[in-house]
Amino acid sequence: MDKKKIKLSKNDRIFHSVNTTILVVFFLIVAYPLYFVVIASFSDPTLVYQGKIGLLPKGITFLGYERTFSNENLFIGYKNTILYTVIGTILNIFMTMTAAYALSVRELYGRRVILFLITFTMYFGGGIIPKYFLMRDIHLINSFWVMVIPCAVNAYNLMIARSFLESNIPKELYEAAQIDGCGRLGFFRKVVMPLSSTLVAILVLFYGVGHWNSYFDALMYITEREKFPLQVILREILLSNQFSPDDMVDPETQSVMQQLANSMRYAIIIFSSLPVLILYPFLQKYFVKGMMIGSVKG
Amino acid sequence: MSQKIKVKQKRWKEIIRKNWELYLLLLPTLIFFILFHYYPMYGAQIAFRDFKITKGIWGSDWVGFKHFQRFLNSPYFIEILLNTLRLSIYSLIVNTPLPIAFALMLNYCRNRKFAKVLQTVSYAPHFISTVVMVAMLSLFLSTRSGFVNQAIKALGGQEFNFMASPEAFPHLYVWSGVWQNLGWSAIIYIGSLSSISPELHEAAIVDGATIMQRIRYVDIPGIMNTVIMLLILNVGNVLSIGFEKVFLMSNSLNSSTAEVISTYTYKVGMVQAQYSYSTAVGLFNSIVNFILLVTVNTIARKVSDNSVY
Repeated sequence: MDKKKIKLSKNDRIFHSVNTTILVVFFLIVAYPLYFVVIASFSDPTLVYQGKIGLLPKGITFLGYERTFSNENLFIGYKNTILYTVIGTILNIFMTMTAAYALSVRELYGRRVILFLITFTMYFGGGIIPKYFLMRDIHLINSFWVMVIPCAVNAYNLMIARSFLESNIPKELYEAAQIDGCGRLGFFRKVVMPLSSTLVAILVLFYGVGHWNSYFDALMYITEREKFPLQVILREILLSNQFSPDDMVDPETQSVMQQLANSMRYAIIIFSSLPVLILYPFLQKYFVKGMMIGSVKG
Repeated sequence: MSQKIKVKQKRWKEIIRKNWELYLLLLPTLIFFILFHYYPMYGAQIAFRDFKITKGIWGSDWVGFKHFQRFLNSPYFIEILLNTLRLSIYSLIVNTPLPIAFALMLNYCRNRKFAKVLQTVSYAPHFISTVVMVAMLSLFLSTRSGFVNQAIKALGGQEFNFMASPEAFPHLYVWSGVWQNLGWSAIIYIGSLSSISPELHEAAIVDGATIMQRIRYVDIPGIMNTVIMLLILNVGNVLSIGFEKVFLMSNSLNSSTAEVISTYTYKVGMVQAQYSYSTAVGLFNSIVNFILLVTVNTIARKVSDNSVY
């Protein structure tokens, strides 16, 4: 809409000023906690602890980060999570894209039934105990693959991928390829995949973040320390004494150690979110697309 | 008769021959869903048996609804059900209108640059893991060092131990959820708003409509389909409060409001090893959810031609 400096009515002027005020307040509410974590991570632990940090970092020190980097458990968790995420996401993309393509072909016999059966699992499940027994029976407990195989396909992401392919790969394209002697497999590899880079980026984003942040599966199926993913280690460090020493002990007896541990927590939060922080600007433009495909009625 | 069978066989052969490559592509995912989703549903029958490790799932004695009755009669039942409903209905009431309001406000923000920055920043918390989210809450709200209590004290108030308070728990749960997901949930409405034809707005402007009137008569009707669709899905999930966040936020002091069905299922199943009982509780939850979803969907379809399926 191009506006030729239409004079705003009084009503609309009030609307705009209220609107802008609320949005600015909202911006501060969202941004400040994130900003605070960043500045607290390299400010003087004592000042952070006393609540003297407000808008700017004070007494800059990297003690928190030094302690973070010397924490061996954290590195084991980090390494494991990178492995789980990379291998898991590759498997996710393979499984989701192949199935989504097959299900996007309208002539496929039995397509509606299969779609219904997949959607059904989004709303109904057997529960954690039968699933746990299944993992035990197929010897996945404490195995590397338990973090990868049981989440190989996500029904919701599969539906997103299918509706994307339905609207982006026209039927005529396959008919043309068929004349050139191309089968479904060749078509999938040579035409569908190259045309779906946006979709793949969205799937990588959704699945990748899912793996990186995954906590429940490890809680259920992994008991060996050397296989713990990052989130389990984070929970140990970050939430080990949620409210005990900090809040119960007399302030006089609080040691420097406690303050340092607190500071380290901020540094760890930054360190553990690093991959997402780095990728955020690049993946950002796909968010809207991803959510919008998801809203397409299945 | 045999003619018919032959025709049928021929048809099958034809179907398979024509599309075997597609079935091949589909096969891994089909096996996945059968093994990891449908097989556990079959295994959920231990809810109707007295599971003994020595006898296995199929050999244990059939006891019918014993475990369901035990749950319904247990002293925890009402408390857990109320806790679950409190969190989910509270979330539903807050999380339905707020993203719509946020999308509308962004849409009418005249400073497009600011709107864009705000939008990008508002997605960011969505990508924070639950563990980190809860850690941030407990750091910020800590009585001695958290900036929230510092601010309360500076304003002359009494410090308050939020993380240990059963009264504060539902508010913390819901509003930290708003902080984390408002921007993300608004995306779908922002997209939906942008698909409203600009001519409608132009006509409204020519007619002298104020912005509030345009919202009321152009925008809201334009996004109603999306609103109803999401509402149905959310109501269908009213009993499935996610496990992770509640589990991570709960402690011995706030458990009177922080024990929900999913955490209870985990506790009795994985910690106390009451496998059959835990499965019965989980199954009860799933079934109620499913009935709700179907009911709301049917009503919505009758009333407004909207439905998810």
